[in-house]
Amino acid sequence: MTTLMFRDALRQALREEMQRDPRVFVLGEDIGRYGGAYAVTKGLLEEFGPRRVIDTPMSEGTIVGAAVGAAMVGGRPVAEIMYVDFMAYAMDQLVNQAAKIHYMFGGQINVPMVLRTQQGTGRGAGAQHSQSLEAWFTHVPGLKVIAPAIPADAKGLLKSAIRDGNPIVFLEHKGLYALKGEVPDEEYLTPIGVARVARAGDDLTLISYSRGVHVALEAADELARAGIQAEVLDLRTLKPLDIDALIASVRRTRRVVIVHEATLTGGLGAEIAARLSEALFGRLLAPVQRVAAFDVPLPANSRLEKLIVPDAARVVQAARAVLNFSPQETIS
Amino acid sequence: MTRIRLFEERTLEVLMQGKLASTMCHVSIGQEAVAAGVCMAMQPQDYLTSTHRGHGHLIARGGDLARMMAELMGKATGYCKGRGGSMHITDMALGHLGANGIVGGHIGIAVGAGLWSSLSQNRAVTMCLFGDGAVTEGVFHEAMNMAAVFRLPVVFVCENNQYAMSLPWSKSTPAVDFKTRAAAYALPGVDVDGQDVAAVYQAACAAADRARRGDGPTLIGAHTYRFFGHSRGDPSAYRDPEEEKRWRARDPLPLFKARALAEGWLDEDAIVRIETEARQAIDAAVAAAEAAPPAADSVAFEDVYAPSGAQQLIDKAVSA
Repeated sequence: MTTLMFRDALRQALREEMQRDPRVFVLGEDIGRYGGAYAVTKGLLEEFGPRRVIDTPMSEGTIVGAAVGAAMVGGRPVAEIMYVDFMAYAMDQLVNQAAKIHYMFGGQINVPMVLRTQQGTGRGAGAQHSQSLEAWFTHVPGLKVIAPAIPADAKGLLKSAIRDGNPIVFLEHKGLYALKGEVPDEEYLTPIGVARVARAGDDLTLISYSRGVHVALEAADELARAGIQAEVLDLRTLKPLDIDALIASVRRTRRVVIVHEATLTGGLGAEIAARLSEALFGRLLAPVQRVAAFDVPLPANSRLEKLIVPDAARVVQAARAVLNFSPQETIS
Repeated sequence: MTRIRLFEERTLEVLMQGKLASTMCHVSIGQEAVAAGVCMAMQPQDYLTSTHRGHGHLIARGGDLARMMAELMGKATGYCKGRGGSMHITDMALGHLGANGIVGGHIGIAVGAGLWSSLSQNRAVTMCLFGDGAVTEGVFHEAMNMAAVFRLPVVFVCENNQYAMSLPWSKSTPAVDFKTRAAAYALPGVDVDGQDVAAVYQAACAAADRARRGDGPTLIGAHTYRFFGHSRGDPSAYRDPEEEKRWRARDPLPLFKARALAEGWLDEDAIVRIETEARQAIDAAVAAAEAAPPAADSVAFEDVYAPSGAQQLIDKAVSA
C-alpha cells in the first residue's frame, strides 16, 4: 500500500492504462501544458506526447463529440470537461449520441469512452462552477455513472471505466482531489456497479457517494459517541445502482438516511428512497430520509455556500429523526 | 442515383400502404447527386456520417437494399434489428457511422473519427454530410474549428436543400455561400451545383485527396433541393410553386442522363439496363423485407449496453 492523494491516484490510473493500451488517449481543455485545471493530468504530456494528450480549443460539445467519434472507430478516449457545469454545452453529444449509439444502431457500434469531469462545492466557485449534476446523467439509459469517494476507488474505477466498452461519466469532486488514502501497489480493477461498506453498523444505514461519504462518516462518528452504530454505504457507482447491497443493509438496520450534495428535488436520493420503499415498505421503522442541498443555486460566498449543502450536523439530525420516529406522529 | 430515386419512391408507396414501422421517414428525392457524388469519391477504409435524410447516403455507399427496407419495416433482418428505423440506418461494415436524428449532432462525431484517423494513421477520410439546418447549430462552429486547427482528414459537405424544415436558407443566414464561411476557419470552401453529380464528385475527390495528404478539411456547399416536403405530413406550403418548378426542371437524374449520352459515357441500352436492374433490386428488397419476421419484442430491451470488457476481466480473475 502507498498513500496517495486522490488526484495522484487518478493520474496513476490514466498512466497505467495509457501504457497498457496505445488506443487510450486523453483530450480536453488545458490538460496538457497546463496539467489540468485540478492537476490530474500533470506530466502526462511530457510522458506521452501531444498526440495522446490533446489540448483542445474551448469546445465542450465537440470535445465530447470527438471522443464519441474516436471511440466508434477504434480509439479509447478519455475526455475531460473542466467543470460538470459546462456539460450543459455537451449534453447532445453525451445523451443523444454516446448513450444511444449502441442501441439505436442495433448493437453494431460500441462507444468505449470515458468522460471525466469534476463537480461539487467547497471552493466558493459560485452558481456556475459548483453544481452536482449526477442526476442528469443517471436518468439516461446507456450511460454508466461513477462517483468515487476515496483514492483507491478513484484509481480502480477509472481503470475499469477505460476498459468497460460503454460511455461512462466519471464524476470527481473538487473537494476530494487533495484527500489522501491507501492505494494498493499491485495492479487492480475496482468493479463497476458494486457499492462499498465504508463503515459497518447495525442501527441505521447512511447511504452516500463522492464527498457525501465523508460527511456521512463524520456524522457516524458523532452518532457513535452517543452509542449509535451507523452503517455507511458508499455507492461508488451511481448507475447501475447496486440496489441489492442497499436493500441488504437496510433490511437489517430498518432505518435509512440518504446523503448527497446535489439539490433535493429529482436528485438520486429520490430514486434510492423509492426503490427502498418499494422493496422494504413493511420492514422500515421510519420513512426514508434525505439530506441534500437545498433547492437554490450556489452562491460564490463560501460561508453562504456552506449553508446550502449537507454537513454532518444535518445528517446527525436526520439520523436522530429516523431513530426516534414514532408512527403515531403521522396520525392526525 | 437511380437506385436511390427508385428506393425512395417505393418507400413512399410502402409508407402509404401503412407498412413502415415508424412514422418518421424523410426522403431525399431531388438530392441524389450529392449522395452519389460524395460516396463515389470514398475509398473502402473511409467513414461516412449521415443525417435523418440519409437513405441515399447509405445506398450510394453500397448499402444492402433488403436490409434497409427491412429496417424501415421494423423487421428482424433490418440493419438495426428493426429498432433504428429510417433515421438511424447504419452499416458499420461500410464505415457508415450512423444516420443521425439530431440536426448537426454527428458533426462532432465526424471530427472524432477524423481525430482517430489522424492519431492512428489509418489513411481513412471521413465524409461528413449534413443539411443546411446544421450549419446554424453551435456544434457546427466548434467542429469546423477543431477539425481545422488539428488539420483532420474530414470533408464537410453541406447538402443545402434550401430549407431547414420550413425556414429558407436566405433567412437562416446572411452568409449564403460556403467559400466565405470556410474562410473563417482558414479552410478551402467550395460551392458546387448539387444537381450535377459530376461536379459534386470532382469537388469531393479534390477534398478527399487533400484530406488524405494531411492538408486538413474542406467545406463543400452542395446546393440542391428536396422535391418533396420535409416529411410525409409536410405539403411545403411555405415554398413558391414557381421555385419548385425551376428546381424540378433541374432534376439530377435526367441531367446526368443527357450529359452521359452527350459525352458518350453511357448509351441508351446501358441506361435502360441500369434502370431495369435497379427496379429489380428494389422489388427483390421489398419482397425480402415483407417476408422477413418482425423484430421480436425482446429487441426493445437489448443492446442498451455493450458487454463490459472490464467486468469480463474481473470475472476471469475471480474464477481463475
